[in-house]
Amino acid sequence: MAEDEAPWGGRKMVWQNPDAKLWLERMAERGWTAPMWPREYGGGGLSKTQNKVLEQELRRLKARPALMSFGVWMLGPVLLEYATEEQKQRFLPQIVRGEIRWCQGYSEPGAGSDLASLQTKCEDKGDHYLINGQKVWTSYADQADWIFCLVRTDTTKKHEGISFVLFDMTSPGVEARPIKLISGSSPFCETFFDNVKVPKEQLVGKLNGGWDIAKRLLQYERQNISASGFGGGGGLSPVEAAKAELGVDAEGRIADGDFRARLAAHSMDAHAFMLTVRRAEAESKQGSGPSAAVSIIKYAAAKMNQERTELLVEALGLQGLGWEGEGFSAEALAAPRAMLRAKGNSIEGGTSEVNLNVVAKRVLGLLDHQ
Amino acid sequence: MAVLTEEQTMLRDAAKGWASESAPVGALRKLRDGKTGYSFDPAAWAEMGQMGWAGVIVPEAYDGSAFGHLGLGLILEETGRTLAASPLLSTAMIAASALQLAGSDEQKQAWLPRIASGEIVATLAIDEGSHHAPARTALTATRSGSGYALNGTKSFVLDGEAADLLIVVARTGGVAGQTDGLTLFLVPSDAPGVERRHLALIDSRGATQIAFDAVEVAADAVLGEVDKGWAVLEPTLDRAYAGLAAEMLGSASAAFDITLDYLKTRTQFGQVIGSFQALQHRAAKWFTDLETTRSCVEAALEAFDAGADTRALASLAKAKACELVHLASNEMVQMHGGIGMTDAHDAGLYMKRARVTEALFGGASFHRDRYARLMGF
Repeated sequence: MAEDEAPWGGRKMVWQNPDAKLWLERMAERGWTAPMWPREYGGGGLSKTQNKVLEQELRRLKARPALMSFGVWMLGPVLLEYATEEQKQRFLPQIVRGEIRWCQGYSEPGAGSDLASLQTKCEDKGDHYLINGQKVWTSYADQADWIFCLVRTDTTKKHEGISFVLFDMTSPGVEARPIKLISGSSPFCETFFDNVKVPKEQLVGKLNGGWDIAKRLLQYERQNISASGFGGGGGLSPVEAAKAELGVDAEGRIADGDFRARLAAHSMDAHAFMLTVRRAEAESKQGSGPSAAVSIIKYAAAKMNQERTELLVEALGLQGLGWEGEGFSAEALAAPRAMLRAKGNSIEGGTSEVNLNVVAKRVLGLLDHQ
Repeated sequence: MAVLTEEQTMLRDAAKGWASESAPVGALRKLRDGKTGYSFDPAAWAEMGQMGWAGVIVPEAYDGSAFGHLGLGLILEETGRTLAASPLLSTAMIAASALQLAGSDEQKQAWLPRIASGEIVATLAIDEGSHHAPARTALTATRSGSGYALNGTKSFVLDGEAADLLIVVARTGGVAGQTDGLTLFLVPSDAPGVERRHLALIDSRGATQIAFDAVEVAADAVLGEVDKGWAVLEPTLDRAYAGLAAEMLGSASAAFDITLDYLKTRTQFGQVIGSFQALQHRAAKWFTDLETTRSCVEAALEAFDAGADTRALASLAKAKACELVHLASNEMVQMHGGIGMTDAHDAGLYMKRARVTEALFGGASFHRDRYARLMGF
């Protein structure tokens, strides 16, 4: 699916394809854009078993996704857990219908892996909050309608001085500037807040209690990244590219034995990864809590996508290093950009090093260094 | 861990309990120091037979429990955790599979109940060199009277000294390197002309070299069809790959648990060494490999039970298990430091068994190559 066809919804969405809009409306009517959310908030109210049937049927129909949404994947689940009844009534149905596109205000120039050192200031001005500061790596902030944002409400504490607020990106004082990446695309923005007024009822959870919500949301984010595997399935297949560009022997094997061995090892790791995603889903659906396998999936997903995109570029040779213009197929031109973009996979949503820290501490029970 | 049925959970728990109480790592040490020349302890095997483990994949009609390959895999994993030596893989997984896949009613009736009860040890005699290469079979079976005469030598046969029944892969046509022209024969190990020699390997279990000198068998000793043995052999070997991978997964998991425990208790520089990030990240990567390998092993075992195409999954499971035990055994020694190099510590036993299981039934490169062929490249 090309980027401009992705059904992100929201106020700025320009539907290229009227059927995609209709598909979203039909699915949203039944709450099937968020099948397991309660019906009272617009969700489908389905049980795990029913949802599985729905997923199977949609797969069988080869249905395109009705809605891609940070609201559904990340924000909604934490609102269900932490928001007031009023907030749920106000925000969840809009998310289900894809009316509001959300972005995530987490990282700051000085707060990357050490997210809790964030400094964006949020002051209590009596009848409202006043926000000043800067976020960075805000995915699609320039396309989004609202932001869920981590702000500092107490400067004397670290983790216990963070709050979780929601506000409209059209509020005066909000500015989003796209960042051009090495791949040439600009999926992320720098986002600036200059005296942005936020109504007090848009604080989620307790004042200074935002860190727990932030962490919970990150779990959903990593789960989502994992399930989609960074979308590594598209484009040319490294196997076909290698056969075409490196040639095959009399038995149909890729002639370059070293490349073939590395491609086989990667293909098997990718297969193992896919089986692990499936197993983690099956075990989590069993209801005995999230599978331990979930913790390693984001780390493995980044590695898989980086390996795959590198192998494709390598298989294509210099044909795989074209930047633009004539002399290259559109698919070949996509290869180096995908490879370059994939370098971010082990950085975004928690670096691989942070993932390994989390596994070591939370899953394996190893202690912090003193 | 796969989503298990109640019976499978009970089977696993029983295996876990038995392995830790009746077949701990110390039992392998005893086997080694006793120098019996046996690849396992017959008393322990008798107990396994009494618990019905030899008949887990055998149909009820032949006195088995028909609990399936995942069920047997769970036992192999648990016994792999303590390096418990037994002919479970050779007999209950591999020989039982070959007989079920290709046996005539008479052959099944003759052998499967005796396998299921644990009464006999049966094994597949296949490789002839130091690398797993099923198509390179050169041992010949030539027509002789109304039957066949077998001539040649098999190397590194699992549990060969103890085996009552040998399932011998022989060449009745074609030339070494071809998959056509292979035939499987059921040969009692006491047949005249069979000569066995123990090969003491580093894992203290060893293997057997078996020479066949004009060994006469009747025509009804053929398992499956003459010259078409590959059709039986390939699915049988898939079960060997996945079953051995289950054992290896268990060994690597135990090596991980033992090492993790050490990381949490050994102190240096005034703190537990597991607080050092250099070790934490290695432990987390090891855990990642454990989890992904588990997915492959379970998927392969479940595929047998589902009747799916298992070729790619079986090679995937064995290749990942090879990589995993290699890493696990090296990390176990390194993270334990000097103590891991001593014979008194179990790390060495895990290392030695790891290397043997890596080579048995094909190493990671063999299975990567097979996987690539199956995927068309």
